[in-house]
Amino acid sequence: MALTGIEIYKHLPKTNCKECGFPTCLAFAMKLAAKAVELSLCPYVSEEAKQALEAASRPPIRLVTIGAGERKIEVGNEVVMFRHEKTFYHPPGFVVRVKDSEPADAVAKLVAEVAGYSVERVGMELKMDGFAIENESQDGANFVKCVELVSSKTDLPLILMSKEPSVLSQALEKVASAKPLLYAATKDNWEQMAELALKYQCPLAVCEPEGLGELAGLVENVTGKGVEDVILDPGARDFGPSLVNLTQLRRLAVRKSFRPLGYPIITFPGEAAANVEEEALLAGQQVAKYSGIIVLDHFSPGIAYPLLTLRLNIYTDPQKPIQMTPGIYEISTPKPESPLCVTTNFSLTYFSIAGELESSGFPSWLLVCDTEGLSVLTAWSAGKFDAERIAKTAKEFNVGEKVSHKSLILPGGVAILRGELEEELPEWKIMVGPREAVDVGGFLKQYWAA
Amino acid sequence: MAAVEVPTEKWTGKVHEVTLGGNGRKSVVVGGESTLPFLHFEGSLPHRPIIAIEVQDSEPKDWSPHLVGAWGDVLADPAAWAKKAVEYGADIIALSLKSAHPEEANTGADEARKNVDKVLSAVDIPLIIYGPGVAEKDNEVLVAASEVAKGQRVALGNCEEKNHRTIAATCIADGHVAIAHTPLEINLAKQLNILLCDVGLSPDSIIMDPDTGALGYGVEYTYSVIERLRIAALGGDSMAAMPMISPAGAESWRQKESRVAEGVPPSWGEHEERSLIWEEITASIVLNAGADIVVLRHPKTVEVIKATIDKLMSA
Repeated sequence: MALTGIEIYKHLPKTNCKECGFPTCLAFAMKLAAKAVELSLCPYVSEEAKQALEAASRPPIRLVTIGAGERKIEVGNEVVMFRHEKTFYHPPGFVVRVKDSEPADAVAKLVAEVAGYSVERVGMELKMDGFAIENESQDGANFVKCVELVSSKTDLPLILMSKEPSVLSQALEKVASAKPLLYAATKDNWEQMAELALKYQCPLAVCEPEGLGELAGLVENVTGKGVEDVILDPGARDFGPSLVNLTQLRRLAVRKSFRPLGYPIITFPGEAAANVEEEALLAGQQVAKYSGIIVLDHFSPGIAYPLLTLRLNIYTDPQKPIQMTPGIYEISTPKPESPLCVTTNFSLTYFSIAGELESSGFPSWLLVCDTEGLSVLTAWSAGKFDAERIAKTAKEFNVGEKVSHKSLILPGGVAILRGELEEELPEWKIMVGPREAVDVGGFLKQYWAA
Repeated sequence: MAAVEVPTEKWTGKVHEVTLGGNGRKSVVVGGESTLPFLHFEGSLPHRPIIAIEVQDSEPKDWSPHLVGAWGDVLADPAAWAKKAVEYGADIIALSLKSAHPEEANTGADEARKNVDKVLSAVDIPLIIYGPGVAEKDNEVLVAASEVAKGQRVALGNCEEKNHRTIAATCIADGHVAIAHTPLEINLAKQLNILLCDVGLSPDSIIMDPDTGALGYGVEYTYSVIERLRIAALGGDSMAAMPMISPAGAESWRQKESRVAEGVPPSWGEHEERSLIWEEITASIVLNAGADIVVLRHPKTVEVIKATIDKLMSA
């Protein structure tokens, strides 16, 4: 929780010595509150005050890294309950669970499939994030073999799942440098687990289903030993308890700055689900409601694609809409004689019109102008969607070479641009389309006869 | 053990309760929440979210083979379709008078009266009646539908700013509920509620549709608009406190991911699985944001969403 200037002022020397470059300690405190200056500018601030102020500026949920290298998972650092209040920053990692009791070739095949999975959406490559390996066989040698097999197939982050510290220890001798998450410290094994986490410098999950107070107590035990990177498992599994528990944890962290529970959360939607669809829906709920690591028990592209899309959607910054890359887009394999429409590069505008063109039965060309992510009317009123810019975009992407006709359909909302656009593009016939994307199918049926 | 005191919200507002049906017909109530979705520990959620199944007045020509396969022959007969929807677990039927669209059969008031009457007689659960989505035709067929359904307390939609007077008048005259549809913006949603109340429609006769973007097609806007409207309602804003409806089914099945089986990247996965999950996730995420009614298309989605609502309500 950020401190106000007055709260910061209470910790300063209040001598108005001006050595920080500001006329008074209060003025300096105000700048600190606005994060415009660093506390180190004050030569006389006490060690105690420094600690208090630094603690207060720590994020309410610690940023925890799992894995090493390019594809490491970073979760935490969230500051709000609702995405519209600011944004959600660190999308939850989607991790697929394998069990050391499964045949090695099945594990190898699944790992290869998940690690190689990639799907494109709005110009981004969406991928799965890692593997959880569970010591279901209860056998240490088996577990180590399975961990080695998985890590030979992928560089993605790992979660090592065993309640036996000695089993984890054997596996860590092989893969500690990959900084896997250790799952999990419980009230029975926490001391040894904390030692392992410290020895190998790995993040540690803490599992305590008895209640949030008990969970906080256990976290304080392991952090008391010196473990800093903690992931919480409050034990709630099903739709209702997961929603309630994760909401309460988020509130305690961001509203109350309650340190013992200010860590990312791990969830296991497959454990409560009656079938694969339920697992996907619960995972979806946990994307929106506060999970940091989601461990899936099933993988198929038909489920991964919608879940990755949901994560992309929910973690989009509401203040910075996703923008389409300007250009000429093909909707349902158009021919040179197919209609040509123009629109803005606000993704939602693009998807609305592209979706309607898709279902209209008219394969089409869609020219997308750079309007800095603004919708048609907003861009027009901000002067970012005018005749000059449309004409420039049309020329830049050589639309004349794509289509055999000379007709350009303008969104109905900016019908006013028609005259100017005809001047900018003298050889072209400018048609005024419907105001709403939903009417474009009817419009084409009625007016398009190229 | 650390003492943990979970912060609870002290909301002052409550969502209006809206009743559909009654008068011999089964009735359902939506709304009444005094907390955010499914947070039973700090408020009351007197009525579970309900599932409407979409039924069209004429056989859909452009539906996915997976929908057509799931429903079979009943798609040609709205009464049989509605009966089947009851078997599949519909709480209410959302009858869409699509044939009135000028680009479809361009049918008029007579056809609307006939179809509404048929479906009302076929099932004993409440109805939502949607016009074809073209203002002048909406007015024509919804007013006709309203007269036929007089006293049955159906919901009529969409009621938008441009036709709100007509729809409000017919709702007042025949005792129905208006579905107030606005484009993805909380102030527009509130504004339409105010306009409807100004012309005399009671707040307990309005359901809001703040617009649905499917998964991948703006669902994050829908999610946040619904969430913000609900937070405003709980904060005491009576003009944001109408229950909300989301046509999650129609929006999902319209998208390329559901419509197109061939020539898409293999990473999109198996077509039927993908289409179903697309509808299910869209529905479940709007329910998590605060929707009170989801309108769905596939029977399997109905089953899965019903099961998750059961779980979320029993917590």
